[in-house]
Amino acid sequence: MAGLQLLSEYGLRVDGRRPNELRQIRCKMGVFSQPDGSAYLEQGNTKVLAAVYGPHEVRLNRSKTHHDRAYINCQFSMAVFSTSERKRRPRGDRKSQEMDMNLNQIFESAIRTELYPRSRIDIYLEVLQADGSNFSACVNAATLALIDAGIPLKDYVCSCTSTLAPSQGGAPPTPMVDVNHVEETLGGPGLNMSTLPRLDSVVHLELSGTRLHLSHIDPVAEKASTGAADIMAVLDKAVRGHVAQCLHARELSGQGADA
Amino acid sequence: MKTSKVFVKKTKRGTILKIVREHYLRTDLTCGSYFCKKCFHAPKDLILDEVPEILSSTYNFHHYLLLDTNIILDQMDILETKVLSNIILLQTVLEEVRNRSSSIYKRTLDLVGNKNKYYTFVNEHHRETHVESKDCESSNDRNDRAIRRAVEWYNEHLTTPGGVSLKVILLTDDRNNRDLAIAQGLIALSMKDYVQTLEKHPFLLDKLSHKSYDADADGKLRAPLFPAHLSAEQVHIGIKNGKLLQGVFYASRDNFLEGTVNVDGMDKSVLLQGHEGLNRAVDGDHVAVEMLPETQWSAPSEVVMQDEGGDPGDVNPDEEQVLESAVNGKERTPTGKVVAIIRRNWRQYCGVIQLGFYQGAINHIFVPAERKIPKIRIETRQADVLANQRIIVAIDSWSRYSRYPKGHFVRALGEIGDKDTENEVLLLEHDIPHTKFSDAVLACLPKMPWAITKEDEDCRVDLRNVCICSVDPPGCTDIDDALHCFQLPNGNYEVGVHIADVSHFIRPGTALDKEASRRGTTVYLTDKRLDMVPELLSSNLCSLRGQEERLSFSCIWELTPDAQILSTRFHKSIICSKKAMTYEEAQLIIDDSSQNDDLALGLRGLNNLAKKLKKQRTDNGALVLASPEVRFHVDSETHEPLEVVVKKLRDTNSMVEEFMLLANISVATRILAEFPECAILRRHPTPPISNFEPLMRSLKTQGFDLDVTTGKGFSDSLDKAVKPENPFFNNMVRILATRCMLQAVYFCSGMIQPDEYKHYGLAVPIYTHFTSPIRRYADIMVHRLLAVCIGADHMSPEMLDKNFSNQVCKNLNYRNRMAQYAGRASVALHTHLFFRNKIQDEQGYILYVRKNALLILIPKYGLEGTVYVAPKKGEVLPVTFVYDEEQQTQTCGSVVFNPFDPVKVQLSLDQSDRQREKLVFKLVEPVIPGFSVPSVELPTEEPMEVEIVSEKARPAAPPAKRTKKGKR
Repeated sequence: MAGLQLLSEYGLRVDGRRPNELRQIRCKMGVFSQPDGSAYLEQGNTKVLAAVYGPHEVRLNRSKTHHDRAYINCQFSMAVFSTSERKRRPRGDRKSQEMDMNLNQIFESAIRTELYPRSRIDIYLEVLQADGSNFSACVNAATLALIDAGIPLKDYVCSCTSTLAPSQGGAPPTPMVDVNHVEETLGGPGLNMSTLPRLDSVVHLELSGTRLHLSHIDPVAEKASTGAADIMAVLDKAVRGHVAQCLHARELSGQGADA
Repeated sequence: MKTSKVFVKKTKRGTILKIVREHYLRTDLTCGSYFCKKCFHAPKDLILDEVPEILSSTYNFHHYLLLDTNIILDQMDILETKVLSNIILLQTVLEEVRNRSSSIYKRTLDLVGNKNKYYTFVNEHHRETHVESKDCESSNDRNDRAIRRAVEWYNEHLTTPGGVSLKVILLTDDRNNRDLAIAQGLIALSMKDYVQTLEKHPFLLDKLSHKSYDADADGKLRAPLFPAHLSAEQVHIGIKNGKLLQGVFYASRDNFLEGTVNVDGMDKSVLLQGHEGLNRAVDGDHVAVEMLPETQWSAPSEVVMQDEGGDPGDVNPDEEQVLESAVNGKERTPTGKVVAIIRRNWRQYCGVIQLGFYQGAINHIFVPAERKIPKIRIETRQADVLANQRIIVAIDSWSRYSRYPKGHFVRALGEIGDKDTENEVLLLEHDIPHTKFSDAVLACLPKMPWAITKEDEDCRVDLRNVCICSVDPPGCTDIDDALHCFQLPNGNYEVGVHIADVSHFIRPGTALDKEASRRGTTVYLTDKRLDMVPELLSSNLCSLRGQEERLSFSCIWELTPDAQILSTRFHKSIICSKKAMTYEEAQLIIDDSSQNDDLALGLRGLNNLAKKLKKQRTDNGALVLASPEVRFHVDSETHEPLEVVVKKLRDTNSMVEEFMLLANISVATRILAEFPECAILRRHPTPPISNFEPLMRSLKTQGFDLDVTTGKGFSDSLDKAVKPENPFFNNMVRILATRCMLQAVYFCSGMIQPDEYKHYGLAVPIYTHFTSPIRRYADIMVHRLLAVCIGADHMSPEMLDKNFSNQVCKNLNYRNRMAQYAGRASVALHTHLFFRNKIQDEQGYILYVRKNALLILIPKYGLEGTVYVAPKKGEVLPVTFVYDEEQQTQTCGSVVFNPFDPVKVQLSLDQSDRQREKLVFKLVEPVIPGFSVPSVELPTEEPMEVEIVSEKARPAAPPAKRTKKGKR
């Protein structure tokens, strides 16, 4: 594909966004009734389902129980139809295992696990359509599902990716937020940051792709963290909307019961 | 801020994949016009005038122009005159241009950047101008529709509620698009129609490109001259199933009906012959070739053929017979024919007009200066003015029915024969950047008066009291290296090489750095130097002049008296050269045993060590090659060359060279150890044995065997090729051997395998360039890497990016090659000037024997050319020459011409054709009655039509390692 650039001369990205713009985020909480909490999240064309079970008592694998906090188990999986070429294995490959571990770490530091000693929380994530920043979308969806399940969190966990478009005509290179699949394949570094925006703390940071020079890390990380803050605003609005809706529904059904 | 309308795009490639992409449409994109009061413009986006100037007599209302893709691709020369302004470029168009031609895309961006009132409208992401592709619609049709939609939108948008409006005119050379646009009620014109109405600028018409989109319409009645090209799809399939091969076409310099294609993965290049074989390929084009069956394979013809004479019309005269008769029982090489052009590599060509037969005609033939390029038909209304000028022309198209390609006039350079014009031609033909340094570049220079500061002193080693001196050719103002040497108490020697610290002044990423990187190298012409960095740096601050304090980058060794390295160290330093000497002065000091000061002792020490180093090197198999280098003594008033001298080599030349080699090797080792992935190195690939075949054959006839299997064996067998009766023989062999070599190139170590790092000519495993940062950009890059290695400087991000470095290396290699050719062309130009009104007899030697010619080298001038021994068409020679292919000889009566034989020739300049001056040689000795001419001392008779056409620029494998000072 000749000529695709991360950032064109007129300052737009491949899909028409400006460097600081996120993709459109749409989300819905409580999409399933079986799990304790669930959420569906779209970040552009990246679509993710999250389901949370727990906290519940540890049945299998009792050895993993912690006496002072909850044990968290995350499972990342990608639907075989999520990419343009069919995937062979939905989960359990190296990459997914690494994702599982990262997710575990993120949520162990975000969930107030000390409130649930000797219990276990399961977070299941399924990527339905992959179009870049899959891991970030998973983290964001899991946050919503955890909130839906009523599990206390220190703050929203928001994750966002950023990359760096090479310099043009003497201008410094431009950092760009929320990387989509085309941009991922165009090369350039990829920084993935998960933060607790209101606590201003970073829970997970990962750098991949081509090497990034030390002097560029700050602007790129800065971009990712503003991106994460923007995502939080969207999630917060969705959560409040959802709660309002639930309350409204309860009032309605309450009235119905009285009548 | 963000309108988000997701839409779906399908693309298919290779295996069928459905690709879904998001595409955001926006409302914050503006139209860029001062006229518009609706958009919220950012000040930098306001480009188009509120009241655009009216140039056209027919379309005499205020309007903007909107260009279709084909206009930008073909009519760039008109756009670059900057007559037209207030132009809207669509994103759709720009992207199509980028996919089609990156060079035109760059030129387009330059126009936009120059603020010529070109506005880029991002129509694809604009909510109202975005169009979805329909089913069964080609992307081309969709793009045309998008362009028309944008015109429509602009017309609506630029209408005020009061009904005042500005129109937008669509310029397109695509008739379909034009018709559809007119049907839609838009104003659409072809470039020609529009330019014709510009009465103030009639000469724009000359620059009109004549590419016709309704192809082949011009000559349905005649039989086509060339076979049709295959379609892109056929080519794709053909290449996939192996029936077709692809490669770059190189036209032959000696024969306009012959060329070769280098195909990847084949050791021999594919030969192409005749009009049909070449099938409209122009030098440099990327072509698809079909191999002929082995029975039809041919051999490179041994005739020298030029496309002489005027325009024969659209016929192909039977020139090809000459070719066919050439193949008899000779070793045949793979032969093919061009079936399609994958990508044209046309550029602009310098040359002259060959006037048509009739006065006032507008069709003329253009003859390019580069012999590998065919003649071009152009249309011009100012032929009388241009007849005496060198002009630039671009090719537009080459139809099947036309013998020559069609082109258009771009600009005139100046009077033919004028030295400045000819120099300009030379620079343009070799693509050498020769504009003045821009203000942005000059702003990066240090402010004068410049002095060494305290900070410099703190971080550098002070070597001001060491006895350092520099040795260079006379008149050299860009001194980039200096040396010192003294004996240590333990009997060993300390030797230091001090290189100008250019990277201290040229910081990465600045405009100065970018310009230097683009220029790549300083170009030395006979009468002129084109600097890579501004003069303040090259001749002053970086030049290590005598008795002046300068910053330098030092490489210091401890050497045993046997020239073995015990230790190496690098550091940035401050030096003060005691004396800047010429090679001759240094030689005198060394030879004068009465001088015994530090300087003389140091020089002698260096000289002795250098001899030992050289011995070590040649023992390892380093080659000693030769190429004739000449200097002109130029009259200081008129700048006419007065005298030609061959450059002399002294001991001191080789002394400096040895230590530069040593420094380069030490630095290469160091930076590779520190940066295995991104070190900038220089390699010289081992030439394939097939390269040596012609030389081996002609040497065999002289009774010498050439061992080409190893570098060492080769160098030894070169030493053995000596003939006592012909003292120049060995030199000739070395000159020819040099031509068999491949080019040495810069590369980035992460891009190729370590076993390919080797430098064949120098017989060292790794090598780089460190010692001439004033005139080579590669050295600056190496300096930066080394500075990081020793902790003297920061790392910059680009240095670690091996793809970026590789790109830079590619440019450097290209610039280097071009600079070399330009240098040689400049020598040739001055030789021509030198021979004006002069006839001289000179001693020459036969380089090659061809079927119809002898190629002769005149060492005194470093000149070579062809003597035709076969009669031209319609001519009768009183003598006949017999060609022996096995023995590589031409025999005429009792006289036998062998390769390497000395001959005497008479040189004169043929000025009968003012457009193209030729250096004509006539054979003087050996005497062949009826063929040779008497020596100039005797009264001359009617000269014979035997001529040697001197070459303007040789492309043959040049001695890559040889630079201005013979340094490597």
